[in-house]
Amino acid sequence: MGEFKVHRVRFFNYVPSGIRCVAYNNQSNRLAVSRTDGTVEIYNLSANYFQEKFFPGHESRATEALCWAKGQRLFSAGLNGEIIEYDLQALNIKYAMDAFGGPIWSMAASPSGSQLLVGCEDGSVKLFQITPGKIQFERNFDRQKSRILSLSWRPSGTHIAAGSIDYISVFDVKSGSAIHKMLVDRQYMGVSKRKCIIWGVAFLSDGTVISVDSAGKVQFWDSATGTLVKNHLIANADVQSIAVSDQEDSFVVGTAEGTVFHFQLVSVTSNSSEKQWVRTKPFQHHTHDVRAVAHSPTALISGGTDTHLVIRPLMEKVEVKNYDAALRKITFPHRRLISCSKKKQLLLFQFAHHLELWQLGSTVATGKFLVPGKNGDTLPLSKDADHLLHLKTKGPENIICSCISPCGSWIAYSTASRFFLYRLSYERDNISLQRVSKMPAFLRSALQILFSEDSAKLFVASNQGSLHIIRLLEGSFKHLHTFQPQSGTVESMCLLAVSPDGNWLAASGTSAGVHVYNVKNLKLHCTVPAYNFPVTALAIAPSTNNLVIAHSDQQVFEYSIPDKQYTEWSRTIQKQGFHHLWLQRDTPITHISFHLKRPMHILLHDAYMFCIIDKSLPLPNDKTLLYNPLPPKNESDVIRRRTAHAFKISKIYKPLLFMDLLDERTLVAVERPLDDIIAQLPPPIKKKKFGT
Amino acid sequence: MVEQERVRVVRCGGSELNFRRAVFSADSKYIFCVSGDFVKVYSTATEECVHILQGHRNLVTGIQLNPNNHLQLYSCSFDGTIKLWDYVDGILIKTFIVGHKLHALFTVARAEDSVFVTINKEKPDIFQLVSVKLPKSSSQEIESKELSFVLDYINQSPKYIAFGNEGEYVAAVRDFYLSVYFFKKKTTSRFTLSSSRNKKHAKNNFTCVACHPKEDCIATGHKDGKIRLWRNFDDDKKYTYTCLHWHHDMVMDLAFSVTGTSLLSGGRESVLVEWRDAAEKNKEFLPRLGATIEHISVSPAGDLFCTSHSDNKIIVIHRNLEASAVIQGLVKDSNIFTGLMIDPRTKALVLNGKPGHLQFYSLQSDKQLYNLDIVQQEYINDYGLIQIELTKAAFGCYGNWLATVEQRQEKETELELQMKLWMYNKKTQGFVLNTKVNMPHEDHITALCFCNAEKSENPTLVTASKDGHFKVWILTDDSDIYKKAVGWTCDFVVSFEEIVTIWDSETWELKCTFCQRAGKIRHLCFGRLTCSKYLLGATENGILCCWNLLSCALEWSAKLNVRVMEPDLNSENIAAISHSSMGSDLFVFKPSEPRPLYIQKNISREEVQWGVFVPRDVPESFTSEAYQWLNRSQFYFLTKSQSLLTLSTKSPEEKLTPTSKQLLAEESLPTTPFYFILGKHRQQQDEKLNAALENELVQLPLTENIPAISELLHTPAHVLPSASFLCSMFVNSLLLSKESKSAEEIPDDVDMEEEKERDDSDEENDFTEKVQDTDNTDLGEDIIHQLSKSEEKELRKFRKVDYSWITAL
Repeated sequence: MGEFKVHRVRFFNYVPSGIRCVAYNNQSNRLAVSRTDGTVEIYNLSANYFQEKFFPGHESRATEALCWAKGQRLFSAGLNGEIIEYDLQALNIKYAMDAFGGPIWSMAASPSGSQLLVGCEDGSVKLFQITPGKIQFERNFDRQKSRILSLSWRPSGTHIAAGSIDYISVFDVKSGSAIHKMLVDRQYMGVSKRKCIIWGVAFLSDGTVISVDSAGKVQFWDSATGTLVKNHLIANADVQSIAVSDQEDSFVVGTAEGTVFHFQLVSVTSNSSEKQWVRTKPFQHHTHDVRAVAHSPTALISGGTDTHLVIRPLMEKVEVKNYDAALRKITFPHRRLISCSKKKQLLLFQFAHHLELWQLGSTVATGKFLVPGKNGDTLPLSKDADHLLHLKTKGPENIICSCISPCGSWIAYSTASRFFLYRLSYERDNISLQRVSKMPAFLRSALQILFSEDSAKLFVASNQGSLHIIRLLEGSFKHLHTFQPQSGTVESMCLLAVSPDGNWLAASGTSAGVHVYNVKNLKLHCTVPAYNFPVTALAIAPSTNNLVIAHSDQQVFEYSIPDKQYTEWSRTIQKQGFHHLWLQRDTPITHISFHLKRPMHILLHDAYMFCIIDKSLPLPNDKTLLYNPLPPKNESDVIRRRTAHAFKISKIYKPLLFMDLLDERTLVAVERPLDDIIAQLPPPIKKKKFGT
Repeated sequence: MVEQERVRVVRCGGSELNFRRAVFSADSKYIFCVSGDFVKVYSTATEECVHILQGHRNLVTGIQLNPNNHLQLYSCSFDGTIKLWDYVDGILIKTFIVGHKLHALFTVARAEDSVFVTINKEKPDIFQLVSVKLPKSSSQEIESKELSFVLDYINQSPKYIAFGNEGEYVAAVRDFYLSVYFFKKKTTSRFTLSSSRNKKHAKNNFTCVACHPKEDCIATGHKDGKIRLWRNFDDDKKYTYTCLHWHHDMVMDLAFSVTGTSLLSGGRESVLVEWRDAAEKNKEFLPRLGATIEHISVSPAGDLFCTSHSDNKIIVIHRNLEASAVIQGLVKDSNIFTGLMIDPRTKALVLNGKPGHLQFYSLQSDKQLYNLDIVQQEYINDYGLIQIELTKAAFGCYGNWLATVEQRQEKETELELQMKLWMYNKKTQGFVLNTKVNMPHEDHITALCFCNAEKSENPTLVTASKDGHFKVWILTDDSDIYKKAVGWTCDFVVSFEEIVTIWDSETWELKCTFCQRAGKIRHLCFGRLTCSKYLLGATENGILCCWNLLSCALEWSAKLNVRVMEPDLNSENIAAISHSSMGSDLFVFKPSEPRPLYIQKNISREEVQWGVFVPRDVPESFTSEAYQWLNRSQFYFLTKSQSLLTLSTKSPEEKLTPTSKQLLAEESLPTTPFYFILGKHRQQQDEKLNAALENELVQLPLTENIPAISELLHTPAHVLPSASFLCSMFVNSLLLSKESKSAEEIPDDVDMEEEKERDDSDEENDFTEKVQDTDNTDLGEDIIHQLSKSEEKELRKFRKVDYSWITAL
């Protein structure tokens, strides 16, 4: 594996924002997640829950509701009163439309997908018609006294239930009038609370309305008579979300105590058709409020203030024991937030609204002192890490991507509407920053930015699907070329990789294969055949120009660009297959790099491990230990050779957000301990714990 | 009779009432519980033992109501039989001989002619649930060897098995498994919880199971205090469960209410928890029940619950969670430090009871009289907590005084010692704390004794301690305060290790010293009455010595490993129990002669820990010389496993029945305040009336003495024939025997006719019986069937009676 000096960086003060809504799309098996900062992320559940797309947030656009309609169309609504539709191909906002009802609290698409319903602050429920390119206001329902916090369609599309404060209204869709007003008990454990907020409603096809409210109740109502049928008191705090399965045989609710409860429709006795709703299992995977839940056919999905997206599979629905059968907890974005300047030992951290530039610390105990030192020793720092720069964005938009050039003298970042390029100059301890002005009009927003190894070229993947190559000069730039997307496709490129000699550029989108461009003669060189699972990381090896591609199903391919074919090693590993433990890992590989002196090594990492693949060693089979402990020192080389296999895995650093080689013997690892994130969240609801 | 009598060891009361779940009768009037080899029938209203169903020859392990006739009770025992009882009259109806050792019994209404039992096959820890077909036969003893296997690898205790949904399925748990067998489909589903390998689930073991009476829902209790409610368990994959968690320790038992709307659970917290609607947030508690809840049962009528506790007590609880009656047996504390004592006043057996309590237990009625709280501190039930222990107690002055010693030792050097003196208060009829002495000695108190000399006016108490002192405490003044009178610094380091010293109790001078090389002296006692000049000592290494106090010399010694030595208060006899690997042997001897009066070998396989002579109320008259020592007192002893045994020619329970029978008759009257006023008044009137009547009409029999009337009064109203039938019988019985001479002539020929008719009707009767057997659904028929043959005959006889003589009067 080799010995490395590791910069263990823990000063990346990143806190993901809390999850506000989740919406599950059964057709495409995708999950849309919106966060409190307005970011919307799309997870592909078929591709091992890979976060394949994301829409950057906006300060004024707090999302309150998210829903899929007409198959693949995604809408969100928020407190600024606008309904937004997202363009899932170009990864930008298609349009925003004001509903003119004040802040929007809830939204629901009709079962047919042709109509959209929003509940507003002023108590109005507005019906919109979804037309192919747009949505169109149709009519208002009977206006209620207070804000409409939750909405649900009856699967037949004839009625809707609207949860407000202290009551639930049932509307007839045809007439638009409220036919029932079901008052909810304010009493909470014998004490009358001020108000009972209906956080969620679900309308079942048999006419039952299920409501969850701030008094900790889950209530079943008969919508035909407007009467309460059953009451489950499940929490001492608010029950904030509800999601029903498509078969209507189970539903899930999330509470402010962080517990998720599963309810199932079970038959009373085995030989009678009578069925009843029974609370079955509680799951405590969250520490804070569970603001949103979703029910996929095989899993319960929940997210909340503690920023985790938890996917809890339903074991009885999972047919075979595979990746889907394990509990998943997604905390960090599946994209890079950190870039590194190897020469100057700088790290650029990307936050929602600012960038931070840090100079790594150094130690005197280098080189010769390292050899006698034992493995795992902590070296004393002679110079602390230095916070060089704090760059705030202008405007309310979140940063999409950022990059620092390898020489450390250029920084580029992009928001949804603007692209920024800065020139850094170092004069002893001072740093001066100069913005390169007059960016060309086509450089408006970028999904990915990359500098070439010699920092002379800048590659920008724009959201129109085009790739721009820009030559950087001292203080200015020159647009060299634009690769237009393949005719007929508007798919955006999300990942870029450039070869160290600067001749090749690889770019991959969300679904299609990886395109390799020749930068010298500005032509498309070849396209790597498309694979079922999205690409999570790309890199081109030095000297051999082999393109290494990691996919979300944990497969790793090696493709020789000059030969336009997969390499021998890649074929061998595909033939033999990866170790089953390797395929069961939780998180996608987010970064690949190479060792300059050891061409046989591939370095890659995900959030929980760092791995060096030594292509010269035999591949592991399912019988060998994948996660071998640290190699024993006193064993002879022969034995070590025999037991060794190609995958050298280290799990010391986790959760690992970024890892790269600075030079031959130095690594930089950026960790973000979960405890530090939780410490920065608001305190959770205090619960009495037995025995304390 | 005299020739036949043989003294044998008899288990005498005090046996566990909490061994199995108690069972309610259908009308909730009676509660049944197993108690050693017997089944006891208690009244739920008066807490009195109504019947003792005896007949099993080994431990009774299960009782269930006969689902087809709720006036009958099945019981099973280790002796391999299932017995069917009529509990109202306390009659054994039938015995089914199965042959295997039966560990638990279950009955199901659907399976009419079979019951389910747990048996043990081959391996010691593997149990099977089998169904036993009970053949129909008129004979008393029936072999029923027809076993059919139901479930394997189950647990021995019936808590681990439950039948659900009217016998559609049976659920059994063991370790980490829940197995459900469906009788219709004949399939078994098995569900496994993750076992102890994972630290989080380390205490996932199942501890009990209960089935919902209406729905397909199984509740299981677990070692970590969780209750799981399983549903959809007919599907191996889609099964699901809910958790209810309140108990912090093992769930000991679970029971659903009759309608299934609430679930009851109990455990070591000694709190009965009622979960309503199986919801975690909707629960009610009945706290402070005193001891760990071992079993919970629910009456079929649904109005009562009962909990069996580890301190051998059954609490009957009303539906609204109010304890209504307590049936308390002999409390079995883990350690009996005080030994067995006899309260001179009540003749009750006194020993350690609940933690920190002294219990007074009546041997005659097999009932706890009361508990005396000695420690007077809240008992906190937590594992590993060092409690204050009541170590010594002694009665003095004919039961006027009671001395107790309690101690608590956390570490070697931190000994907390307290001596308390209690005086009997005649007004309150109880002991009242008089004096409390903190640290009466520097070290553990080894012995405590009142001076029982008759002449002494002041009660005198002597305590001996490990610290090498003994102290004498006397009552000073009338201020009711004990003061330390004298404290001796003894010459010897350890008072009773090898040396015996004798002190004059008046002058407190050392009289003489016996030195015995043999070993530490374990027991010491004076001979009584004519043998009072002898002092007996038993040593640790198995030598019994007898010293003559007058000559101060060793009279005799014998090699006997004495464990218990007890003098009889009413005679010179001394009982000694020796222990060897073979068992315990009893020797009875007089100190004056080294030859024992009586030897009973192998009275118990276990080590006997304590023994006591209890004076008899009525002296027995054993003519045989060997048994004469039992004439005035009875010898009781307690073994290591805490069973109280005695020596008797007949079981002591026979004596209990007359009093309890009487209670049964009275019990039907409701005990309202009005009843007390009226009842007393009526009694007085009756007495007066009786006195008056005795003078006038001596021959007139009392109503209670006429069998026909008592029969009429004691038969439940719903099984009686119409009043017109009974009228004649009633009137007839009131007639004086003088005049009945003329009446006798008339029925004579009627009897003849009746004899024939009866034969006919008997056939008829047989026919109806058969019908009933095949169709037992109607309850009313069953009850009519209950009318015993003799009753029927009697009633029929009266139907035939000619009333013409009445007009002649």
